[in-house]
Amino acid sequence: MSAILEKVNIEALREDFPILKEKVHGKDLVFLDSAASAQKPRAVIEAMTHVMTSQYANVHRGLHYMSERTSEAYEAVRDKVAGFINAAARDEIVFTRNATESINLVAYTWGRTALKPGDVVAVTEMEHHANLVPWQMLRDAHGTELRIIKITDSGEVDWHSLEDVFADGRVKLLAVTQMSNVLGTYTPVERLAKFAHAHGAKILIDGCQAIVHRKIDVRAVDADFFVFSGHKLYGPSGIGVLYAKADILDAMPPFMGGGDMIAHVSYQKSTWAKPPHRFEAGTPAIIETIGLGAAIDYVNAIGMEAIAAHEAALTGHALAVLPNIEGLRILGSAQDRGGVISFVMKDAHPHDIATLLDRQGIAVRAGHHCAEPLMGRLGVTSTARASFALYTTREEIGALAKGLERVRKMFA
Amino acid sequence: MSDLYQQIVLDRTRHPRHAGRPAHFDARGEGANKLCGDKVSIYLTREGMDLHHDAEGCAILTASADLMADAAAGKTPAQMRELAAAFTQAVTSGTPNPALGALNALTPVADFPSRIGCATLPWRALEEALQDV
Ligand SMILES: Cc1ncc(COP(=O)(O)O)c(C=O)c1O
Repeated sequence: MSAILEKVNIEALREDFPILKEKVHGKDLVFLDSAASAQKPRAVIEAMTHVMTSQYANVHRGLHYMSERTSEAYEAVRDKVAGFINAAARDEIVFTRNATESINLVAYTWGRTALKPGDVVAVTEMEHHANLVPWQMLRDAHGTELRIIKITDSGEVDWHSLEDVFADGRVKLLAVTQMSNVLGTYTPVERLAKFAHAHGAKILIDGCQAIVHRKIDVRAVDADFFVFSGHKLYGPSGIGVLYAKADILDAMPPFMGGGDMIAHVSYQKSTWAKPPHRFEAGTPAIIETIGLGAAIDYVNAIGMEAIAAHEAALTGHALAVLPNIEGLRILGSAQDRGGVISFVMKDAHPHDIATLLDRQGIAVRAGHHCAEPLMGRLGVTSTARASFALYTTREEIGALAKGLERVRKMFA
Repeated sequence: MSDLYQQIVLDRTRHPRHAGRPAHFDARGEGANKLCGDKVSIYLTREGMDLHHDAEGCAILTASADLMADAAAGKTPAQMRELAAAFTQAVTSGTPNPALGALNALTPVADFPSRIGCATLPWRALEEALQDV
């Protein structure tokens, strides 16, 4: 591992991200908000520009050269994504706009057909709104029940609560994050999948955060559904992924109707295309999808293991340094955690922290991080959050600590 | 950055002069920022326009509420409505207004678009309270 780590020269990698040279309020940009959306390497920017300057047309339609080339480039990304998460087949990869749309797609199509009124969907207390609200909407529209699995004070799934929630055998779906965007906790998805399956439930994994930092293997985990967004994985916004096992996708009705998703259409009636096209109505995000392909190539070239090792070292460093700041408290202390660190300070409100850091060129996020109920569970209204990416350096964590020390002094 | 976090703002956050729910009040207004979860309650006593606040939020919100309470003393509801309009104008444009006195300390917030709402939230709550006096 450490040999791999040394091979990753962070300074050289940073050269790949043009935006990191920008100044903010006259200071060097220290970008610690990658969990919200990551910056883009030149390879992604150029891949997208290249489509538009030399090979663009609509996909799956034309018989002409440009359309064929674009369709090839677009469909090649499906293979890349399948390989990246180790799906069994390319047809198990559905392109969406983002993880939010992927979850809504599952709730709307699978939820309304595979689930019966009275069936239970279970989520944890630390889900992003994207993995909570669609299940509330399904409950209200379809009569399913929604149950919340507790987390422990350290920010891990509370196994007793999990067992309680599953006790009556009515849970048919466990929808769970693989990494909390607030606490940085990794959940034991392999164990959770085994547990869900042993209780007759399927598992949907929200991989938005985890996929950026860890090698994902949907087959090893035995995930039924896995979702993520391109923009957090150094790709563009506007492209997301839904992975689902082939037999599940086969049985799902379409999400939206229109072009591309049909097999045959008459004025009276239509038949549906096979997955994945059944779920991709209309002209897709062609340029963004190709950008996502470039992002996957980019992280693959560095290697997920190398990225994970670099970020683990950074996270360890930050967890050692930040608590030295008087009055600063980190939320969550899970055993298995990654580079997303939420904190509060005794005298400074998260908003003031974020504004004051911003004036020093340091970007952190402040607020409820689209996890409002979790804030209540943690006994705060908001937190400040620093999150790391493959381009984050030790010096930047030093800058954060120094910046926070200045904030503390102002409010002391 | 010291532009926005002037001494008076920091001081009013650390030691607000008008914090806490009074035993008696004639009107009450609430403000909540859905985006960040910050909250403020404004309590008005008709006599002499005695104003108190209960703020759960950032320095900008707390200082805004506390300086508003200073300014309210002895004013009529109509005068307070005018002041609210003048304050909103000043913190969105960044132009100080002599009528605002110490409240002008908050006008630099105009340069921080995402924070303007923090400064104006107590004033929204005030407008709600004023409907009842
Ligand atoms: C854990 C988690 N789930 C879901 C989402 C939603 O992602 P998107 O807004 O790209 O759909 C996010 C992004 O903030 C996230 O962090």
